[in-house]
Order: sequence, then C-alpha cells, then structure tokens
Amino acid sequence: MSKLARELLFPLIAVVAAFIVGGVLILLVGDNPIVAYRLLLGSALSWPDGIGYTLFHATPLIFTGLAVLVGFRCGLFNIGAEGQLYIAAFATAWVGIIFANLTSWLLIPLCFAAAILTGAFWGGIPGVLKAKFGSHEVINTIMLNFIAVALVSYFTQYHYKVPGDPILQTAEIGPSAYIPHLGRFIPGLPERIPLNIAFLLALLCCLLVYVFLWRTKWGYEIRATGSNPFAAEYGGISIRKQIILAMSVSGALAGMVAINEVLGNRHRYYDGFSDNYGFTGIAVALLGRNHPVGVILAALLFAALQHGGIYVDGFSEHVTKDIVQVLQGVIILFVAAEGFFKWALGRRLPWNV
Amino acid sequence: MLELRQITKRFGDVLANDHVDIVVKPGTIHAIVGENGAGKSTAMRIAYGFYTADSGEIIVDGQPRDIKSPHDAIALGIGMVHQHFMLVETMTVAENIVLGAEPGTSLGLDLKSAGAQIRQLSEEFKLAVNPNEPIEHLSVGQQQRVELLKALYRHARLLILDEPTAVLTPLEVEEFFAILRRMREQGKTVIIITHKLSEVLAISDEVTVMRDGKVVGRVQTKDTNAAELARLMVGREVLLRVEKTDAEVGSPQLEVRNLSITDINGAKRVDGVSFEVRSGEIVGIAGVEGNGQTELIEALAGLVEPERITGEINFEGKNLNALGARIRRELGIAHIPEDRHRRGLLLDFSLAENSILGMHYRPPIAAMAGGIFLDENAVQRRASEIIQAFDVRPPNAALPARALSGGNQQKLIIGREYRVDPKLLLVSQPTRGVDIGAIEFIHRQLVGLRDDGCAILLVSAELEEVTSLSDRLLIIHDGRIAGEVDPKVATLEEIGLLMTRGH
Repeated sequence: MSKLARELLFPLIAVVAAFIVGGVLILLVGDNPIVAYRLLLGSALSWPDGIGYTLFHATPLIFTGLAVLVGFRCGLFNIGAEGQLYIAAFATAWVGIIFANLTSWLLIPLCFAAAILTGAFWGGIPGVLKAKFGSHEVINTIMLNFIAVALVSYFTQYHYKVPGDPILQTAEIGPSAYIPHLGRFIPGLPERIPLNIAFLLALLCCLLVYVFLWRTKWGYEIRATGSNPFAAEYGGISIRKQIILAMSVSGALAGMVAINEVLGNRHRYYDGFSDNYGFTGIAVALLGRNHPVGVILAALLFAALQHGGIYVDGFSEHVTKDIVQVLQGVIILFVAAEGFFKWALGRRLPWNV
Repeated sequence: MLELRQITKRFGDVLANDHVDIVVKPGTIHAIVGENGAGKSTAMRIAYGFYTADSGEIIVDGQPRDIKSPHDAIALGIGMVHQHFMLVETMTVAENIVLGAEPGTSLGLDLKSAGAQIRQLSEEFKLAVNPNEPIEHLSVGQQQRVELLKALYRHARLLILDEPTAVLTPLEVEEFFAILRRMREQGKTVIIITHKLSEVLAISDEVTVMRDGKVVGRVQTKDTNAAELARLMVGREVLLRVEKTDAEVGSPQLEVRNLSITDINGAKRVDGVSFEVRSGEIVGIAGVEGNGQTELIEALAGLVEPERITGEINFEGKNLNALGARIRRELGIAHIPEDRHRRGLLLDFSLAENSILGMHYRPPIAAMAGGIFLDENAVQRRASEIIQAFDVRPPNAALPARALSGGNQQKLIIGREYRVDPKLLLVSQPTRGVDIGAIEFIHRQLVGLRDDGCAILLVSAELEEVTSLSDRLLIIHDGRIAGEVDPKVATLEEIGLLMTRGH
C-alpha cells in the first residue's frame, strides 16, 4: 500500500462506518436513510448557499484543527482552543471598537495582531506552566477555557455592552475593520453569505503550518520533541522552549477564528458565538491525521454535516439534526479506535516476531 | 527428544523459516545460534505452539505431534523461558509458579503442597529459591530461576531458553550454567537460543546455526570454535579480536574532578569520581549495570540538570558544568547513547531526519534565509553520506528509523556522531543487540577514531568488549571508581572481583 493510501484508509473507514451506523438509526426511527443523506449532503453542496455556508463554517474548524495539530506534533494536547478563541475574539472586537477611527490599512492589521497575539498569549500560559512546573497542559487548558469565557463575559456585561441591549454582546467595531465577504469577488455568490477573506487566510495558514513544521528548524525541533523528548534533549533541543513555542503557535492559530467571526461576520464580540469550534478542532485534527491537508478535508466534512443538518431538521419527518452529532460521534470513535485496530492487526506481522 | 522436520513459516513477504531441520537429542544441551532475524526464535516458538508452521512436522519422542498451542507443548513436556520474564511482581514465587495450573479444588487454593513440591525441585537442582518470597524482592538472576522452576513444576523434560544470559552479570551467568549442567545430569534436555559465541562453546553439546531462515550448519561443540561459528552465522570470515596498535596519547581532553551526581529522588548515583581521558586513547569503564555508568555519561553529555551535579567537568581546560547539551556538541563532544531507542533516535522520523539530529539548526543543514529553513538537499546529502560510509541497510533515507535492525540503527547513530568530528566521544554499550558482522565494523570504527586523535570514553557491560578495546580500564562499583587496571594484563577474574566487591 502506498503511503497516501495508508494515511487515508482509517479516516475513510471511520467516515463510511459513521454513515452506516447513522443509516441504521435513521431506519429505526422510520425514515429512509438515502433520502435523509441526500437531503443532508445535497443541501450542504448546493450552489451557492450550501457551498458558501459550508466553507464559512469550515473556516474556524481549519484554524482550530491546525491549532490542535501543532500541539499534537509537539506531544501536547491543547484542549484550550475554545478559550483561546474566546479571548482572542474579545480582544479583536476591543481593538476594533477602541481604534474605530483608524483607516482600514491600519485597523485591519491591528485587529489581526490582536487576534493572533491574544490567542498566543492565552495558549502560551499553559505552555509556560508545563515548561516551568511540569503541570499538565490538559488540566490547565481546560481550566483556562472557563476563565476565558467568564472573563470576557464580565468585560462585555459591565464595560462594553451597548446600554439597554438585552443580548450579551459588545458594541459594533468600526466599519473600517470589516473584511470583505467573498461574494463581492465571486460571480454568483451572493454577498449576504458570510464566507469571507478569513477562509483564504485559513488555507494560507495550512500552507504556513506545513512549511513551519516540516521545512524549518523550529518545526523540526517541535516535531522531534513530540516524537521522542529524550532524543530531542540528546540532540541539544530545549524541550521547555519547544513546549512554550508550540502552545503559543497553537493558541495563535485558535485565536485567528476571531478574524472570521468578528471582522468577517458579526462585527462584534457576541457571547456564545463559537459552536464548540475549539473542541470540534480536536476531532478535525484527529480525522485529518494531524496533517494540514487532512485538516482541510476533515474541516470541510464537519462543516458540511453541520450546515446540512439544519436542512435535515427542517424537512425530514422523524430525523433531526442530532443525526449530525451521531455521525460526528461515530467518526471520532472509529478514529480513536485506530490504535486498537493497528494493535490487533499488527500482532501477526513479521517485525513483531 | 525433539525434532523439527522441514519446518517452513512465512510472515507476509518474509520467509522466517525455510525448510528448517533441527534434531535435539535427549539429555543434551543444544544451542541454536544465529544473528537477529535468522529465524531461531521463530523455530522455537513453533515448537512451543506459539505459531503454527505453514508446512513441516514436529516429532516429539519419535511420534509426529500436532502442537497448536503452548498448552499442547506443556502436555508433551516442553517448557519455554522467554527473554522477558512473565512474572507477577507483587505475588510470591509459589503463587507465580502455580499460576495457570493452580492446585486444589476450584474453591480452595492448595499452596502448601505446591510450596513443598517447589522446595523439593529447588533443592534437587540447587536453585536456592524460597517459594514464599515476593518476586519484587528477587534479583534478575533469581527471577530467571523462578521461570525455570515454573517449567519444571509443569514436568517439562525439554526446556527452551530464549537468550537467557542477556540480563545476567558475568557471575550470574556462571551460576546459571552450573544449573543447566545439573539439569542435564538429571536427564533434562535444554535448548538455548543465543548469539553469544563464548557461551555456546562453554555450555552446549551440539550447535545448530541459522542464517536468513535456514539451517546453515550442525556441529558438535567439541569439534568447533568461535571463528567457525561466526563464519557460519555471518556467511563470511569475521575478525573476532580487535586489532589495534598501542595508543599514541596526547594531552588530557576530559578532566573529571570529584564528580557526584544525585538522581531525582536525591540518591547519590555517582560518588566523588575523578579521572581523565587524553586524546588518542580509549578509556573503558567496566561495571555491573546500574552502578552509575548511565548517570556519569549523561552528566558528561549535558543531559543532567546542573543542580544535581557537584564537582567539576572540564573539557580542554574549560568548565562544562553549566553548559547545555547543544554547546557541548558544538565544542566537539559526541555521544553514542546506551539506549538508542530512548535517546539516540527519533524512531518515527526518517533516516534523513535522524541523520541531522543535533546539527539541524546550523549550516550546512539550516542555511537558507538566515538559517531558518532546512536545506532539503543538504539533509539528503548528509543522510546518503552516512548511509554509504557506514553501510546502513537498507540504504533508503526515506525509511523510518524504526524499520532498521538494531545494528543498522547503531551504524546510523555512529555515522551521525562521527560527522561532528569529535574531539571527545562518549560511547555507551556500542554493540548491544548488534549482529556480529556489525560489531566488528563498529569496533574498527572506534579504534580508527582513536588513531585520529579523538579521546574516547567507553562504557560497556560486555567485559570482553571493554577489555579488548580499552587502553586503560576503570572499574566502577556503586558509583565509585573501584580501581584501574591495564586491560592487556588484567585477568577477567581480577576485573570481575572489582566489579562486584568494589575493592
């Protein structure tokens, strides 16, 4: 089997298995799985709305998938992308509000910097804690998720809400901070669809992450640390530095979700804007086999399911959009079971003799 | 007693056993030798029922037998002791021995009669094992005897021992061989799988040699010698002795003064050690494993936190204590670590990526755009240079390091460290788990580096290796230097005594 085929095998098994399990469930509740799946995927792939929204939903998942990937490659499990993107979204909105009078050429880069640096800072905290005190990043990132949400909710509620607004959201950012929807450039794609420049930025980040991890000395050191920290140390690599670097880069990538949401879509910080992007990013990275190209494919799949699920809800008699949760769950289950399959298959292989 | 006839076993594309014939006579000690991957373990696992052969016959006591599982083998009186012991640490000797064949009724476990039986067996073969001792209190050598007892308790008449001496100290090996001889006297048959030729000659009556899945030789031990066995194993003439001239010693490169190292629990692992290594000489450190060698080498390589070190490490007159591993490498200190899987290699990385570890951050590897990007051409060049010069097989830089045999992994590491142009080489267990052919090569490389003026500090658990390579030999015991001997004149007994008693 070629290397590519081997890499694709388990993700494909996982996806096919998920659709089979989902199909059985649909049959059990008394609907036709073919009809339901046609509705699900057909609506997700229709032009222009389906594709436009699928790509829009895929954008944050690419960012968070990359974030989790960078952590994984250093042997770290960043469960804190959710908190990192919350903090970053608030900071981005804050900059967009405070400096609303600047021109686009200044304000947009400033907002980008806010998203990236705040995310890097929030991701860097558990990195520093692990490097200095050895405290586990999983615990710390989870706890920082709660702190992030509470912190930005507090600031929004008591300092940056428009007086009298019943919704927990900040005021709007200055119009010069808006980034354009792709509908403005693509014929046939209406501008009302929120798919924006951030999607292209996400694709660019995939390329950058690939180059960073596999073509630079820093990426080599991060991957070496993730692969075998003892050998990395032997090779003169400071493991502590790599942990801090990887967590910061990871946080920065998660923070870039803010660009899509705050600058490209809602134009404000809005409580609860994230549809669990940070956590779904873990599944995206796993299904994408911790490779940037895999992350794009996995993000597209999850986004398509997410968008198509809305239509299933509306038009199916018995099936609700919860079927999407089932599909995602089974995919994750099978991807996670890969280690088991490999173990079961590997026992009979000659190199285990 | 046991005969394998035309046994063939295939794993995927690999022919592990190719029409293998082995005849083991009752009441003998039969050695099966061969390099790693020669198929000796596979053949014995077939005899023990772990694998079933694709074709061929197993004959036990003259009868063709179908051995489908270890259960069948045990019923026929065949027992096997694995390289890695299968003992439950927290349970007693007796509990471990009866495990799987518990005496008594289904409700009550009758350990008392089992204990008496075990004691009797232990006395019969002079194993000196107390049935009521928990396994975790036993030394490695004692644990091995428990494994032997386990087989004897199940009435094994034929014992298959897979690399039994790999974990033993020289003294324990002697005791162990005495036990095997007693078993032979009592009419037991023993098969011993090994690749150590000196042990084959010391203990066995007959030898079967395997190479590439085939039997390539059957000899009586008294009619053969190490050179012939090595030639059969490798398929060509092998130089067993290290050839070297007297050392041309230069100025001191490494000076260690009163060095002590504590481990993370605060226990002293190295205690007030002083010595020096001069350019152009190999200084050996002999000792039973776990007497501070690992900590010493790691401390010299910069892999131990400075807080855990007292005393002085000087290299070319410069104090190294506070310097990290990277700076020490830049000064010209190379390190071939004792555990290549843990320290020496990134097993999931390609050979190419492994060939630059430790030099990945500076020219010519990281050269483009101010040294940020890895120069892929330079990486490939580096890898193919090492693969060619050190005969790494298979010669494919894209393979993961995991795919290589131990010997080839070691050659890759040595090739990489040689590219540092070291002034000081720290090398630990350079030939552990390495085939004879590669051992010869590695030894020649070390002597060659010495002759080029490099200072070499060599740690090895193989007494023969450390005495034949070293120009001076230090013996370490319990974290202290127990003595220094001239390896040309010192006897193994003398060294062995220093290793175990410390004075």
